[in-house]
Amino acid sequence: MADAKVVSPHEILVDGALPADATAIRLVRSADADIPLAVVSVKPAAQANSFVLTTAETLNKQDHYQLTAKGVDQAWEIAPSPLTMVISVIIGSALINNFVFTRYLGLCVFFGVSRNKDTAIGMGVTFTIVGLLSGMIAWALNTIALEPLKLEFMQIIAFIGIVACLVQATDLILKKVNPILHKKFGIYLVLITTNCIILAVPLLNATNGATFLQAFGLALGAGLGFAIALFLMSCAIEKVNMAPVPAIFRGLPIAFIIAGLFALSFLGFSGLKVA
Amino acid sequence: MSANRPPPPISTMLMRGLFEENPIFRLALSLCPAVAVTTSVKNGLMLGCAVLVVQVLSSMSGSLVKHVINPKIRIPVFTLIIAIWVSAMDMILAAYFADIYQQVGLYVKLIVAFAIIISRMELFSMKHSVVPSFWDGLGMGLGFLVGLVLAGAFRELLGNGSIFGIAVLPFKPLLLVVLPAGGFFTIGLIMALFNWVDVKRGHKLPSGGGGAHG
Repeated sequence: MADAKVVSPHEILVDGALPADATAIRLVRSADADIPLAVVSVKPAAQANSFVLTTAETLNKQDHYQLTAKGVDQAWEIAPSPLTMVISVIIGSALINNFVFTRYLGLCVFFGVSRNKDTAIGMGVTFTIVGLLSGMIAWALNTIALEPLKLEFMQIIAFIGIVACLVQATDLILKKVNPILHKKFGIYLVLITTNCIILAVPLLNATNGATFLQAFGLALGAGLGFAIALFLMSCAIEKVNMAPVPAIFRGLPIAFIIAGLFALSFLGFSGLKVA
Repeated sequence: MSANRPPPPISTMLMRGLFEENPIFRLALSLCPAVAVTTSVKNGLMLGCAVLVVQVLSSMSGSLVKHVINPKIRIPVFTLIIAIWVSAMDMILAAYFADIYQQVGLYVKLIVAFAIIISRMELFSMKHSVVPSFWDGLGMGLGFLVGLVLAGAFRELLGNGSIFGIAVLPFKPLLLVVLPAGGFFTIGLIMALFNWVDVKRGHKLPSGGGGAHG
């Protein structure tokens, strides 16, 4: 398959021979292959044997496109580079669709351990590592075993089993290998089992039919997003603890209001686009 | 295993879940769905019913098998029991209520990680027989259902000016409350309301205003 890539919002650089007639070229987005995108012009590029396509519609570097031409026995597949895709998935799940503030997951643990910065950091680090591991193991199990065997109905049971086993195993290994680290982070390990984000990541991956890299990005982004949310919240809570809060709002009610304010400000990320 | 304890009266078991130990506003357990799916009464009602059914069935099955399982592995066994009922519930909802399931599907699957269900199995079903476990599960499930419907009604009325999708107000008073952030504000305000009612009834506030369990 020949090489082709999106070079600017309206241009595609194509390696190989193309007819000069723009109407003979068919360009579609892989997601909806029935709708051809209008090609305005075909011009030879600076390099030999390559062409620049100009399109009317704005192209997205993260999208997948397919290119065919009449009379040419060749097809081009335009895919984003793996690194771009991973980074965009990570930023998407950590900031734009933050698991705590826009998907409202993991709230029990979130409100439980955001009382001071040290515990927030400890939980954030532990969760990111364990979440990444369990996300990848669950993805592998789902792709290798559950989907080919048509056992999708077992997903919930299988994923919760993976999380429980992984947490238990990490706890045991850490205790043997590095008791000091275990003393510091062991308590957070136990709490992870009750965090629904760790279960939501494999379920989302399975529903979206994620590739290895997308699954990796989502698992890492979810952990980072949770860690960021925890840290921000713990900073705010430490300040509020010194403020005169009305008695009926003390404790959780005020924590919810603060979380609401954070959620409002995270709405600002919805305009963020990764180029 | 210890023998079954005499159960408290049915009314106590039912009312406890509704107010004194309301899973959402008092125990602050299983908060994710309370914030996430309560943009309308319908969504809240559906998830509430799902939790109610899973809670009752899990409590009863936990009570049935408690003499057979080794206490050391009771938590994994309980998790497995819940996962089985949640899978069944998930398939039923996906088949019969496809339109609402599209919006709340992920949260239905995540019922398996709800702390409230396993904590009732651990605290109540382990010590009581099947029938009291049924009533306890029903009380807690109803408390959860009422909490979700209450928050859903509040948000739908203020945010969309409607109840159950039927327009009752000619305008949208406060669009903010159906936005993602609004869920947090709503739950915070209702929690404060529960505290306020408690103060009016002459109770002392629980430390930390509801406490924050894992």
